[in-house]
Amino acid sequence: MLNMSRLSKIYRTQVIETHALREFSIHVREGEFVALTGPSGSGKTTFLTIAGLLEEFSSGDYMLDGTNVRGMTDSQRSRLRNQKIGFIFQAFNLIPDLNVANNIDVPLRYRRFSAAERRRRITESLERVGLSARARHYPAELSGGQQQRVAIARALAGSPRLLLADEPTGNLDTQMARGVIELIEELHRDGATIVMVTHDPALAARAQREVHLVDGQVVDLDPQPLAAMEARVGL
Amino acid sequence: MFSYYFGLALHSLRRNVALTSLIVIAIGVGIAASTCALSMFRAYTADPIPQKSSQLFVPHIDSLSPEYRERGDKLPLHLTYQDARALLAQHLAKRQAPMYFTGSTLAPPNPRLHPFQVLVRATGADFFALFDVPFQYGAAWSATDDEARAEVVVLGSQLNERLFGRVNSIGRTVHLGTRDFRVVGVLDAWAPSPRFYEASNAMQGRVEDLFIPFGSAIDQHLPPWDNMACPPFSSGPSQWDAFLASECVWVRLWVQLPTAGDVQRYRRALDGYADEQTRSGRYHWPIRTALLNVGALLADEQPVPTEVRLYGLISLGFLLVCLLNAMALMLARFMTQSAEVGVRRALGARRIDVFLQCLAETAVIGLVGGLLGIGLCALGLAGIRSIVGGATVAFVYADRVDLSIAVLAALVSTLFAGLYPTWRAMQVQPAWQLKIN
Repeated sequence: MLNMSRLSKIYRTQVIETHALREFSIHVREGEFVALTGPSGSGKTTFLTIAGLLEEFSSGDYMLDGTNVRGMTDSQRSRLRNQKIGFIFQAFNLIPDLNVANNIDVPLRYRRFSAAERRRRITESLERVGLSARARHYPAELSGGQQQRVAIARALAGSPRLLLADEPTGNLDTQMARGVIELIEELHRDGATIVMVTHDPALAARAQREVHLVDGQVVDLDPQPLAAMEARVGL
Repeated sequence: MFSYYFGLALHSLRRNVALTSLIVIAIGVGIAASTCALSMFRAYTADPIPQKSSQLFVPHIDSLSPEYRERGDKLPLHLTYQDARALLAQHLAKRQAPMYFTGSTLAPPNPRLHPFQVLVRATGADFFALFDVPFQYGAAWSATDDEARAEVVVLGSQLNERLFGRVNSIGRTVHLGTRDFRVVGVLDAWAPSPRFYEASNAMQGRVEDLFIPFGSAIDQHLPPWDNMACPPFSSGPSQWDAFLASECVWVRLWVQLPTAGDVQRYRRALDGYADEQTRSGRYHWPIRTALLNVGALLADEQPVPTEVRLYGLISLGFLLVCLLNAMALMLARFMTQSAEVGVRRALGARRIDVFLQCLAETAVIGLVGGLLGIGLCALGLAGIRSIVGGATVAFVYADRVDLSIAVLAALVSTLFAGLYPTWRAMQVQPAWQLKIN
């Protein structure tokens, strides 16, 4: 599903070069739930933005669902992002002026779905996160946990092949965080491929596999044998 | 998708009312100032009779002795009475009408009302057909009436209403000066803008209260009230006859020449007449003639005043300043929306989607600004009319063309001003925005 090979990202200014990712490689299979951990500045977010096609990389290769994204135009990357990827952000990133249904509608609009198709998908995704009754509410009228559920519903509405989550419980209290992580696990059980960035070891432990990043490099992989992991995800 | 962008734009206007209002006001004020200037400029330069302006001409002869010329090297605006009569007698035009502006005292039919002064145009029967003057009742007097110097009158609609109420007054008489005139026609609303057939300071843009035959006015010894240049002349037994025989220029002659051939023929005849007068020893300077059409005449007699040109330039500069302000405000507005742009980009919006969304928002702001500009312009023009007063700028109004231009200008200029902010919004890096958030 997601295959990065010897991928590097260097931020350059006139006086300094910062290596956010160095020769970074990762292979995430379809249906896998991978946690990416590491201290602040280790390159977790850079990985997420490159994986989400929000940013270009300096060198290496990146295959997303069989498509080589190197050299793609901004427009091509936007389309691929819209079709294949769902984002769950730490800060939810809901648009405050739009109600819940209209927030979920945003990626569907760019997908050029018909009005009926968009309505169906909004209804289904809201049912999936248990917020059908809140379709006309505005983000400010919801709790943090509910807002994150809306963000998940928005990410799911387009039936993405890959869910990228950035500290999905970082802004939530313990009880709300538990609800959200249970929802993510449920999505995984239903077959979603999920890559979650977190610095919370307890949260990372809920994933099938943990990839640890330090200074833009993978330093430690889950010792769990690949075969056992594959058996668990039914490959 | 455009309806989606349009809906988002309307939604967005309500998001930051203070900033939106500032942008709309900046655009509205700029558009109002420039639309007012445009209206004034158009009032001075518009073709007042587009359907036949190319066929209407005024002959000029350089008959005024150089020491009495008030217009420098320019030809006199009018003809002498004798020259006008001589040209009329040649019957070279399809239609022709001599005219001058005068006035008299009118005694209302109702004896309880006091006599009052009226503005009079003495002219020929062809005047009304020449200028497509509309009639409410009756019609123009006839050529026979002209020849007979008949005491007939065509009333303006306002004077008719003042004298008789809103009724058909054909056949009634009005007492003008010392004689009774029979009403043969009542004009419908007619206010050519500008009042092109004669520039007259005394008129200040107004159409006369009534019209009488040229010969009849001469018989009544009604003197010209304006537009006269007059070398000294010796008076004989009759001061009036001496005036008519003098070299004073005060009569305007309008002719209708439908074809280029007609124009050439008339020009030749005019030159021939001037040469003949020169040979007779009347002029001791090289004689010149001219046959000016409506546009040339207006440019000569009623050029756009320097103040209006200056106001136009200032208002364009003002519009530019307003648009620069609007651009800065829009830039601020779009930058505050960077986070939303970042989220939309993350959810699949292409740069062109962001561009179109911002463009729709800019267009809506431009439209609202344009509408505000129209309202402010209407107030501005009303203010100009009330301050300047009289009828000098009574013809200054914003017509449908001006208003359409205002809205279009608001749209185009706002879109233009919004290009840079929109381009900046397009460049928002979603990764950075999401990292910041």
